[in-house]
Amino acid sequence: MIKKLIDKLNEINKFDRNADNGERSKKLFGLAALYETPNEIIEAAAVVAGKGYEKFDVYTPYPLHGMDDAMGMDKPKVGYVSFIFGLTGMCLALLMIGWMSGIDYPNIIGGKPFFSLPPSIPITFEGTILLTGIATVLGMLVLFNKLPKIDSPLNDTDFMRNVSSDKYGIVIQTDDDLFTEQDVKNLYLSTGAYNVQEIFYRESNLTTKTPLFDKKFISAIIGTAVVTAVVTYFIVNFVLYSTVPFDWMWVQPRIDSQSPSTFFPNNSGMREPVNGTVARGFLPYEYKGLPDSSVKLLANPLAVSKEVLERGQDRFNIYCSPCHGYFGEGDGRLKGLFPKPPTLHSKKVKEWTDGNIYHVITNGQNVMPSYAEQVSRDDRWAIIHYIRALERSKDASEQDVELAK
Amino acid sequence: MSLDATYTRELPLVENNATLKDLDNIIALPTETKPTKGWWIAISISSTALLIGAISLFYTIYYGIGMWGNNQPVGWAFGIINFVFWIGIGHAGTLISAILFLFRQKWRTGIARFAEAMTIFAVMTAGIFPIIHTGRPWLGGYLLPLPNQNGVWVNFMSPLLWDVFAVSTYFTISFLFWGIGLIPDLAILRDKTTSKIKKNIYKVLSLGWTNSNRNWSNYERAYLILAGISTPLVLSVHTIVSFDFAVSVIPGWHTTIFPPYFVAGAIFSGFGMVSTVLIIVRKVFNMEHIITIGHLEKMNKILLATGTMVGFAYSMEFFVAWYSGNTFESFTFVNRAFGPYAWAYWIMFSCNVFFPQLFWFRKIRRSIPITFILVILVNVGMWFERFVIIVTSLHRDFLPSSWAMFTPTLTDMGLLLGSFGFFFTLLFLFLKTLPLVSISEVKAVVEGAQPTVHPHPHTNGKAIQEGGDGH
Repeated sequence: MIKKLIDKLNEINKFDRNADNGERSKKLFGLAALYETPNEIIEAAAVVAGKGYEKFDVYTPYPLHGMDDAMGMDKPKVGYVSFIFGLTGMCLALLMIGWMSGIDYPNIIGGKPFFSLPPSIPITFEGTILLTGIATVLGMLVLFNKLPKIDSPLNDTDFMRNVSSDKYGIVIQTDDDLFTEQDVKNLYLSTGAYNVQEIFYRESNLTTKTPLFDKKFISAIIGTAVVTAVVTYFIVNFVLYSTVPFDWMWVQPRIDSQSPSTFFPNNSGMREPVNGTVARGFLPYEYKGLPDSSVKLLANPLAVSKEVLERGQDRFNIYCSPCHGYFGEGDGRLKGLFPKPPTLHSKKVKEWTDGNIYHVITNGQNVMPSYAEQVSRDDRWAIIHYIRALERSKDASEQDVELAK
Repeated sequence: MSLDATYTRELPLVENNATLKDLDNIIALPTETKPTKGWWIAISISSTALLIGAISLFYTIYYGIGMWGNNQPVGWAFGIINFVFWIGIGHAGTLISAILFLFRQKWRTGIARFAEAMTIFAVMTAGIFPIIHTGRPWLGGYLLPLPNQNGVWVNFMSPLLWDVFAVSTYFTISFLFWGIGLIPDLAILRDKTTSKIKKNIYKVLSLGWTNSNRNWSNYERAYLILAGISTPLVLSVHTIVSFDFAVSVIPGWHTTIFPPYFVAGAIFSGFGMVSTVLIIVRKVFNMEHIITIGHLEKMNKILLATGTMVGFAYSMEFFVAWYSGNTFESFTFVNRAFGPYAWAYWIMFSCNVFFPQLFWFRKIRRSIPITFILVILVNVGMWFERFVIIVTSLHRDFLPSSWAMFTPTLTDMGLLLGSFGFFFTLLFLFLKTLPLVSISEVKAVVEGAQPTVHPHPHTNGKAIQEGGDGH
């Protein structure tokens, strides 16, 4: 079945050698002649060049040695392109290395200078060769040989089929100043051509429209580019960020916190601490829930210093001032929202021991909750020093003013 | 090509007085006919190997490099061995197409296209290994100095980076060289084919080539320039590959002989592979008159020369290990030849140094069965050379407490087999789709192909008779 289909397809596509005459115009491109041997063609080329023809070319299945001289051609100039681009490649590579490793991302590697020449030589060399090679090929094809030119009038002709196989041909173009049909034919026959034929332009050679700027062509190209870009974007995003093994090591064989695990009998991935475990910095408060009378003997472990007072002020302003006010007068920013606490400058508070205040902060009192979670032990003692300072500032004596100086 | 030196008369490069048309027909035949049974068998074997390689590649990428036998201290093993092996294979193609071209060796025309194709496929095969060795090959873009969100550039002082540049440049230039060589041949196929689909493909690929002499003139000059730049390039590539080892401080790697030693080894192994495949191909595609015994004999001479150079390098390494008085260095070499991997060392030594010495005899050089066996041994020997250099140097280095042996895993073996599968599948596809001998180049060197007269326009057509260079 498939074989039959392929055979049929081949039948349809069987190339008809005469068919390409259909697209030819009536306008003559040039006269072509075919020769049998290399010696004949090289002599004919010399004669044609000697007569002063300029728009002619010789067509051979392989390069013939000495033909450039016979045609009076200049030396090929491809080498200049290679040289210029070779130098450019070298400079670009050196500049790239110099800028990247010397300026933009300087790193000490093996105690060597950021930029040094010896380790840069291999890449500079490769850059030189790379640009030389690409420029030579593109320069030869595009700049000097004007390729690609698929619709050259010479292609798809019997003439071309002969010269690409085993014959040697010459074509003088009609746009040469000296061209007259009769002269050229005589010239060919006198130099031993065994076949002379007319080559006509294709219709497509005569139109000035460039197929590259065709609207349909350009919109097809842009459309393809956009569709490809969008599809690629989504595919790459999907593939590179969500599938194994392209998961950037997000997926790992470990149990995350809060996640279940059948490994343990209670199906919890997390383990509970052994009974009686005390975390660092979380020593339980031994007077928790007891009346304040029992803790009067607790003494402030911190000595008064500037740092301690500043720390106390800092913590007091954060945790206490919202209700108690910045100066402990019970006029905090939350007044109206919460019951107003009594002032800290009362006789009662002044007469309290430090341990009593500590107990209130840690245990809470009336509507005031415990601040043990938010304020560490040392910070509570520092706050107490600061409260004492506030109380003293409220009715400072003259001696205190002297001391403050 | 401009082969203008006058030689003493040699045997014709193309036997049996083939005409230009015969050459077209013989060389284009594989591209015009349906594949033979032999070709199908060959490609099914190679694509099976390729499939095994693809499965191993999947394992490597999915599970990671842990699937390989690499360990501490043997952090480089099959991956790097295969990389160096295949890069080396490629060097013969460039040597034949560029260096022999510069030396005006006309016999190169028969094998140049094929060897260049081998270069390209070998470099493609080689390129796979360093990329998958990175572990996460989809991040291979970071090997190049591309702007990235981390604001980081590559380390230009690392030989591994030089390798990236050398190998990619080598591939690009080899591809261009091969590509422009194909243009005139594709034009021949374009004018020869009877299928419209094929004609349109050839039309586009040949870029509308017209065989015009004004084009040939530029073409030949560009070819010469490419040959000129490929010659230092091919020498630089294996030099830089050898830097991967020589720039480190591992005993057995840290030697200045490495660059020339690697280049000679690369050419040696490349010619081994070219011969191996050509012996089969010339038989299968009936090209014994184009790729003659003369060609094989000349290649055997090169094998003899480079094999001897490699042997010299082996001996010199040993000598320097003793002469330097460096304990670690001498230990490494004694360990290579008499340690646990001595078998690998002696496979390498006998295949690369002893057996190629048989090519001193003309009868052996011109005997196809013996040549075939010897070149296969060269391939084996050169693979083991890289094994010896890499594994035996790493497995016992400075600290005896971290010594270990290396054992390849199934994945390692699969990738090695797969690399051959990849290479040969590409090669077989090439043999059926493109002319495996450069038609236009071979035409230029048949007898009577070049003019014996060299007239100039100002003589007004009066030819100057000269000795001429046509045979």
